[in-house]
Amino acid sequence: MANSVRDGVVVEEYSREAIRFGPRVSAWLRSRSLIAIFMSLPLLILILGLVVYPFFYSIYLSMLNKRETAFVGLDNLRYLLSYETFYLVLQNSVVFTVSAVFFKALLGFTLALTINALPQRGQRIWRGIALIPWVMPLALSTLGWWWIFEPTHSALNWVLALAGISPKPWLSEPFWARFATILVNIWFGTPFFMIMYLAGLKSIPQELFESSAIDGATGLQRLRYITLPMLRNIIAITMLFSTIVTFANFDIVRVLTRGGPRDNTHLFGTYAFQLGIQGGDVPLGAAVSLFMFPILAVSAFFILRGVQRSVR
Amino acid sequence: MIWLHSKRARRRITLVGCYAIIALFSVFFLFPIYYMAITSFKTNQEIEGLKGIPFLIQQGATLKHYWDLFQKTDFLVYFKNTIQVTVPVTVISMMISILAAYSLSRLRFAGSAAIATGIFLTYLVPESLLFIPLFKTVGFFGLLNSKWSLLLVFPTITVPFCTWILIGYFSSIPRELDEAALVDGANHLQMLLRVFLPVALPGLVAATLFAFTVSWAGFLYPMAFIFSSNQQVLTAGVVSTLIRGDVYHWGGLMAGALLACLPPVIFYVFLMDYYISGLTAGATKA
Repeated sequence: MANSVRDGVVVEEYSREAIRFGPRVSAWLRSRSLIAIFMSLPLLILILGLVVYPFFYSIYLSMLNKRETAFVGLDNLRYLLSYETFYLVLQNSVVFTVSAVFFKALLGFTLALTINALPQRGQRIWRGIALIPWVMPLALSTLGWWWIFEPTHSALNWVLALAGISPKPWLSEPFWARFATILVNIWFGTPFFMIMYLAGLKSIPQELFESSAIDGATGLQRLRYITLPMLRNIIAITMLFSTIVTFANFDIVRVLTRGGPRDNTHLFGTYAFQLGIQGGDVPLGAAVSLFMFPILAVSAFFILRGVQRSVR
Repeated sequence: MIWLHSKRARRRITLVGCYAIIALFSVFFLFPIYYMAITSFKTNQEIEGLKGIPFLIQQGATLKHYWDLFQKTDFLVYFKNTIQVTVPVTVISMMISILAAYSLSRLRFAGSAAIATGIFLTYLVPESLLFIPLFKTVGFFGLLNSKWSLLLVFPTITVPFCTWILIGYFSSIPRELDEAALVDGANHLQMLLRVFLPVALPGLVAATLFAFTVSWAGFLYPMAFIFSSNQQVLTAGVVSTLIRGDVYHWGGLMAGALLACLPPVIFYVFLMDYYISGLTAGATKA
C-alpha cells in the first residue's frame, strides 16, 4: 500500500519529464536504481580499485622474482615452505592468536559479568575506564609497554625483585618475548570483548532471570543455563572477529620486538613487512601476506553466517 | 527476617568481590598510561638511576622532555601531518559512506544485497593482507614517501565500517518518514539531507569518530609508504624516529607517545556513548 503511493508519485513525475526527453531515456535517467548506483559508485570504485584489485594483483605479484622481471610461478611459495623461519612464523602466529583470543574472551567475559552485577549508576564509569586501552593508538601504547618491559631500569623487574624473583630478560628471550606480545594484545583487546559481551548481557530478557530465581536456581546454574546459551552467538562472532584482527596484528610485534629475538615472535604481517618493505623482496613479502588468507577467509565465512543468523 | 538479612549480606559480599575484581582490571588497564605519564615528567638522572621506586617521582618533576619534543624533534611536523591526513580522510570517508549507505538501505537495486555483504567482508580485510600490493599502487600514483598516499589507502579501512554501521542506522529509520517527505515532493538528495542525516545523527557521530580514530592510529601504512621525517605522521614518526641513537630517551619517548594519544582519548571521553553504540552496532547489526 505504502509502496504503491510512493511509486505513483515517482511515476507521475517521470511522465511529465518524458515529454521533453523521450520516454525511455528519461525514465532510465530518473530511475531509482540509476540514482542508487550513482550514489554507491564512489564506494564501489574504492573497494574494487583499492581492495579487490590489489588482492588479485598480490597473487600475481607473489609469482614474480625478486626484481619483478620474470614470472617464476610458485617458486616463492616453494621457497617459503622449505624455509625454517617460515614455520617459526606460522607456529608463533597460531600460538599468539589462540592464546590471546582465549584469554581476551575469558577476561572480557569475566569483566562484563562483573560490571553487569554493579548498581546501574556505577556501570557507566567502569565501562568507560575499561575501554581506554582500546581507544589509544596501539603502536603508541605498545611503546609504553616496551618501556615497562625494559630489563634494568623499569617497573616489571623492579616488582619481581621486590618479590624476591630473579629478573627476566623480557624481550630478548623467545619465551618471554612471546609472553610479552601476547600480554599486550590481551591488554588491548579485552575491552572490546567486554563491551560486546556487556551489550549481549543487556539484551537478555530480565524475566528469564527472575523466573529462574523463583525456581531456586543458583548463580552458577543461571550462568550455565541462561547466560551462556543466550550469548552463544555473540561470543562466537566476537571471538572469530578477534581471531582475524589478532592473527593479522602488526603494531604490537613491530614495536615491541621487531620479530626478534631470532625471528621468534614474528607474525605474518611483521614478517611480510621485513621481507617485502625492508628487505626489498616485494614478491616474497606478498607471498607471506597471502598465507594469511585461508585462515581469514574461514573466520570471515563463519562470522558472516553468524551475523546473518542473528538478524533473522 | 533472618532470610532477608542473610540475602542482603550475601549481596554485599558479592558487591565487594565485584569491586575487587574491577579494581584489579583497572590497575591492569591504566598502569601503562600512568607509567608513561610519570616517566615523561621524570628527570633523566632519575630514569637512569637504579635507586628509588619507579612508580613515583622522587627527584622533582620536569617539563624538559616536552620542551625538547617541541624544539629538538620533528614532533610538531608529525602532528601537523597527522591532522592534514586525518581530517580529509574522515570527511571523504563520511561522504562516500553516507551516499552508499543511503542507496543500499533505501534504494534497493539489483545486486544491492550482494554489495552490502561485500562491504561487510571488506571490513574484515586487515591492513596487513594488502599493504604489499598497495605499496605498488601507491608507487603507481607517484605517492610513495608522501603523506598524501594515506588519503588513498586509509579510506579502504574506514569506509567499509562506516558504511556498514550507517546502513544499520538508516535501516532503523521508519519508512513512513521518507514516504511523507516524498509526498511533499522532496527528491532523494533533499530527503537524505533533511530527513536521514538529522535522524541518524548518533550513527553519524559514531562513524565519524571511528574514521577519525582509525586514521589517527594507522601505523602499518605510514610505516610502509613513508620514509622521510617531514612527511611522517605521529604514530610511525614517534616510533621510528624518536627511537634513534644508542641511548633511549625514555622520558622524551613517553612524552611523545602520550601527547600523540591525547586527541583520540579526549574525543572518547566526551563522546563515549556514541563510541560504544557504534562499536556494538558494527558487529551485531546488519
